[in-house]
Amino acid sequence: MTPVLDSLAAVGRAVIGACRATGALALFALSGLSHLVRPPFYGRMFLRALLDIGYFSLPVVALTALFTGMVLALQSYTGFARFSAEGAVASVVVLSVTRELGPVLAGLMVAGRVGAAMAAELGTMRVTDQIDALTTLSTNPMKYLVAPRLLAATVALPLLVVVADILGVLGGYIIGTLKLGFNASEYLAHTMDFVQTQDVVSGLAKAAVFGFLIALMGCFRGYNSRGGAQGVGAATTAAVVSASILILAFDYVLTELFFSR
Amino acid sequence: MSGDVPKIRVRGLRKAFGAKRVLDGVDLDVPAGTSLVVIGGSGTGKSVLLKCILGLIVPDDGVIEIDGRDVLRLPRAEAEAVRAKIGMLFQNGALFDSLPVWENVAFGPLAQRRVTRTQARAQAAEFLGMVGLAASVGDLSPAELSGGMQKRVALARAIAARPEILFFDEPTTGLDPIMGAVIDGLIVDCVKRLGSTAVAITHDMASARRIGDRAAMLSHGRIVWDGPAASLMDSGNAEVDQFTHGRREGPIQMELRR
Ligand SMILES: Nc1ncnc2c1ncn2[C@@H]1O[C@H](COP(=O)(O)OP(=O)(O)O)[C@@H](O)[C@H]1O
Ligand SMILES: [Mg+2]
Repeated sequence: MTPVLDSLAAVGRAVIGACRATGALALFALSGLSHLVRPPFYGRMFLRALLDIGYFSLPVVALTALFTGMVLALQSYTGFARFSAEGAVASVVVLSVTRELGPVLAGLMVAGRVGAAMAAELGTMRVTDQIDALTTLSTNPMKYLVAPRLLAATVALPLLVVVADILGVLGGYIIGTLKLGFNASEYLAHTMDFVQTQDVVSGLAKAAVFGFLIALMGCFRGYNSRGGAQGVGAATTAAVVSASILILAFDYVLTELFFSR
Repeated sequence: MSGDVPKIRVRGLRKAFGAKRVLDGVDLDVPAGTSLVVIGGSGTGKSVLLKCILGLIVPDDGVIEIDGRDVLRLPRAEAEAVRAKIGMLFQNGALFDSLPVWENVAFGPLAQRRVTRTQARAQAAEFLGMVGLAASVGDLSPAELSGGMQKRVALARAIAARPEILFFDEPTTGLDPIMGAVIDGLIVDCVKRLGSTAVAITHDMASARRIGDRAAMLSHGRIVWDGPAASLMDSGNAEVDQFTHGRREGPIQMELRR
């Protein structure tokens, strides 16, 4: 009897723990959002975060998108050649890049770069009392540290994905024209024929959600980290892992939402 | 404000972390314009006491009054306004390492939009001067400073908001004796110049007598003794005697195992 009860108790504890963590995260997100609409606003912190997330992620995102577009063109060409459907390469590249791969890959790359940095910075500030020091200087740390990062990431990711979309298509175009022998103007015409506003817009909307999730997990883990350097390291890893999983999960949910009508 | 309301009044303050009772009924009065030093062994909850008063840790029970107003039972905005009177020097300085020194010093006034950046810079130079640092230090980053200089900058940051109450958490720990004496002197100077009420935590008896008018000893979650700082070395209390004279034998058993 006891082993059964013990294992039930363990399951119960795990469920309660998960509920508590989800609740804490939701409260944290709400608090961060509420500070976005109540003054004072820290414009400098927002611009700094925007530069950090948007501008300095450009090379990583650009290279990722370019190579992805190139690989897509190559793969779809060899695949479609079996059905004599090589003509679909341009449309496959542009649709996959704008709807899926642009936002998801940019999100994952930025999660690794920016989510980790946010968790490490806020975590270090926590364990060295800098977050407490903010409070004693009459500055709300949620407003000063968290809210600007949430907003900056939500704005920056769609901008990055615009770049990713263009470079992804460019990658496909380079391979398509230089290696696979497509006519340049035909390839472009094909691309433009197939892509619709909704494809691009849904991708950018996804990107905004992913950006918010990345900053949320980075800030949440960092803000609540404990126990010195090791705690900060754990928070950093947790921020990247949980942001990546959330990105993939929300990608599914949002795709359902946008395209299952 | 009438003279008999203490600036800070603490009654029955309790705080436990899990099963570990850190504060177990602390009573404390700090009259306006005086300096209190709190002594006690490592891990007895001295920092937790200050953090409770500052609102950084929520106590389990008790009363904390600042200027006669019970901050634990005030609406949040009002409690924040009352606590804004307190400036704090953290144990390790807690300087913002992403900002240059001058922005650290002028952080309070800048964040509250009371000054422009140009004015803030000039003010920072003034407060750096008050703690014996050249204005050019303002352009360095906190990581470039020695421990003693970091403590000075942290002190300048704490006084830049001209707080009515100042807390110091082990201001001289980790400094050599000379630098310790220098920092003590600066603290006494600044407290006098601002006319603030001060609470300082320290392990250092010389420092305690330099900074404090009165002293209190925290042990096992309570204030076990309080009296004039000058009588710390001959208090007649066995626990205080053991602590101030650094004896291994006595009523305090160091809890190495928890
Ligand atoms: N946030 C916290 N969570 C859990 N335990 C804490 C926390 N802060 C302090 N403690 C514990 O409270 C005790 C007193 O800590 P502290 O006030 O920092 O001691 P000190 O008197 O040396 O300043 C320590 O045992 C510490 O582990
Ligand atoms: Mg301490």
